[in-house]
Amino acid sequence: MSLAETPTPATAPAPVPSMAAAYWRLQRSELRLVLGRRRNLVLLLGLAAVPLLLGLVLFFTQDTALDGQGPAFLGRVTGNGLFLVVASVFLCLPFLLPLTIGIASGDAIAGEASAGTLRYLLTVPVGRTRLLLVKAVGALAFAAAAVSAIAVVGLVAGAALFGVHDVTLLSGDTVPLGAGALRVLAVVAYVGLSLTGLVAVGLFFSTLTEVPVGAMAATVVVAIVSGVLDTIPALSSIHPALLTHHWLDFAEFLRLEPDWAVIGGGLAVQAAWVAIFGALAWSRFTTADVTS
Amino acid sequence: MTAPAVTVDPASASGDLPGADAGSAVQTRALTKRFRSGQVAVDGIDLSVPRGAVYGFLGPNGSGKTTTIRMVLGLVRPTSGTSWLLGSPEPATVLSRVGALVEGPGFHPYLTGRANLLRLDAADATADPRTAARRASEALERVGLLAAEGKPYRQYSLGMKQRLGLAAALLRPRELLVLDEPTNGLDPQGTREVRLLIRELAQAGTTVLVSSHLLGEIEQVCTHLGIMSRGRLLLQGPRSVLDQRGVTRVMVTVAPGHVATAAGVLRVLGLDVSAEDHALNAELGALEPARIPAALVHAGVDVVGFEVRRPSLEQVFVDLTGEGFDVAR
Repeated sequence: MSLAETPTPATAPAPVPSMAAAYWRLQRSELRLVLGRRRNLVLLLGLAAVPLLLGLVLFFTQDTALDGQGPAFLGRVTGNGLFLVVASVFLCLPFLLPLTIGIASGDAIAGEASAGTLRYLLTVPVGRTRLLLVKAVGALAFAAAAVSAIAVVGLVAGAALFGVHDVTLLSGDTVPLGAGALRVLAVVAYVGLSLTGLVAVGLFFSTLTEVPVGAMAATVVVAIVSGVLDTIPALSSIHPALLTHHWLDFAEFLRLEPDWAVIGGGLAVQAAWVAIFGALAWSRFTTADVTS
Repeated sequence: MTAPAVTVDPASASGDLPGADAGSAVQTRALTKRFRSGQVAVDGIDLSVPRGAVYGFLGPNGSGKTTTIRMVLGLVRPTSGTSWLLGSPEPATVLSRVGALVEGPGFHPYLTGRANLLRLDAADATADPRTAARRASEALERVGLLAAEGKPYRQYSLGMKQRLGLAAALLRPRELLVLDEPTNGLDPQGTREVRLLIRELAQAGTTVLVSSHLLGEIEQVCTHLGIMSRGRLLLQGPRSVLDQRGVTRVMVTVAPGHVATAAGVLRVLGLDVSAEDHALNAELGALEPARIPAALVHAGVDVVGFEVRRPSLEQVFVDLTGEGFDVAR
């Protein structure tokens, strides 16, 4: 017998745990599975390396060549470490974050199917709706961890290399350090929420296949295609509804008076993608034959 | 039940419908699965696994056994027909009382055997988390895997993986075990252990539905049989159904010089005898076998050997399915 054995007497009638307790037990197990998996940790480390590398490059070159080229805040990093967070998030948004989200959400159901664990979870039994919810929360938690990894390392590296100061906004006005830090936090939160639509898309793809790589790739492709469509002027009528169209609207938080309508619109579009693809994933997963 | 005016909702009916027989651990009626490809994997089968039975579910690969099991467990939706698990038409409501091993083990490769079991236990909303560690240890011990519990699953041999699958099915006391090919990948020793385990569980009152394409291992443990081929259930019932299906023969060996006398005695008993050297061979038919040696001795025949050859499972199986093993469609 194992040393981990609990001293509970075997004869005690086992009380049936409450629904909430049972849910959180599985949710905790899922979070351990997602956040403890080596592949996912490597992904997080990769993302965390971005602000570190960017900070070091800017520190050693003290490069002003970026001034006027990239977005305004890229040139301000050397002046204020807080901007390293914003610049890193900006650099990761087009590809690295969608890739990370695609891997985590595409793997959610398809990964269990390909390992053969899905049929065993369902015969435990776990209700399919409950399992989908647990998987969605797991994928969202990983998305949050990904954005947080960039933000935390960006903040630490930025503070160490460039120091943190009062924040000069895009307009040229300056706000005190505390308010500026809050604004950077809002940027990070907005980016995190901007990724929820993609998580839902990935979750849906994940219910369609038992080949996780397929679901992952399809999710990343959706983000890329959305970005491409966003650049075609002829399609401007559909641009506001595109998954990625509002991703860069986080810059609103760096204006003196953020336009809350823009921010609200961006979040509403994400909510719509979450609702639609969440519903598709649910209707698919709760009716599909599990033959894996 | 044949009265046309009476309609009974099969889901709520009990007792009076054959489908909802409370004595059955698994019951299906006209269960059918047609896949989107058009292939009819399961074609209207009426499975009946009595409680307390060890039910040997046989069929060549691709005959529809696994699809049937998946439907019974609620993994696959039937195209038509109904199934009851422990008397319930909703598998989800009773699955915590059912242990299942479906089409080979499936676990997370990078988790240890023990962590995999705890993961499954965490998924069980009715399991007591305080006893999880103890129950995992007991299940691992029962399948002889306790020494390897800390190894990642991907390092397990095929036999160890199979054992872990059995351990998962035994995490909690179960009323029914559904074991699909439980001895796949096990060495002879492991196969023997699984047979003993099934016997032990059955003696403790657990119903076992065990599918296999290996006749030998089924023949040794089962009390009931079902034989599937091409999606149809060809034969089902207690083991004795075999005797009705096949031909039972008697072989009598006698001392030299007694062959003619012996043949005469057997003919008087109504048997159609063929003789070869000192051995006589006849279909038993409805004759009570014990009468044969008695009659021979009475006639003064020196009987050297007497044997009743009941039809083997393999013989019946091949007669029924008309094909060798491992014939996939």
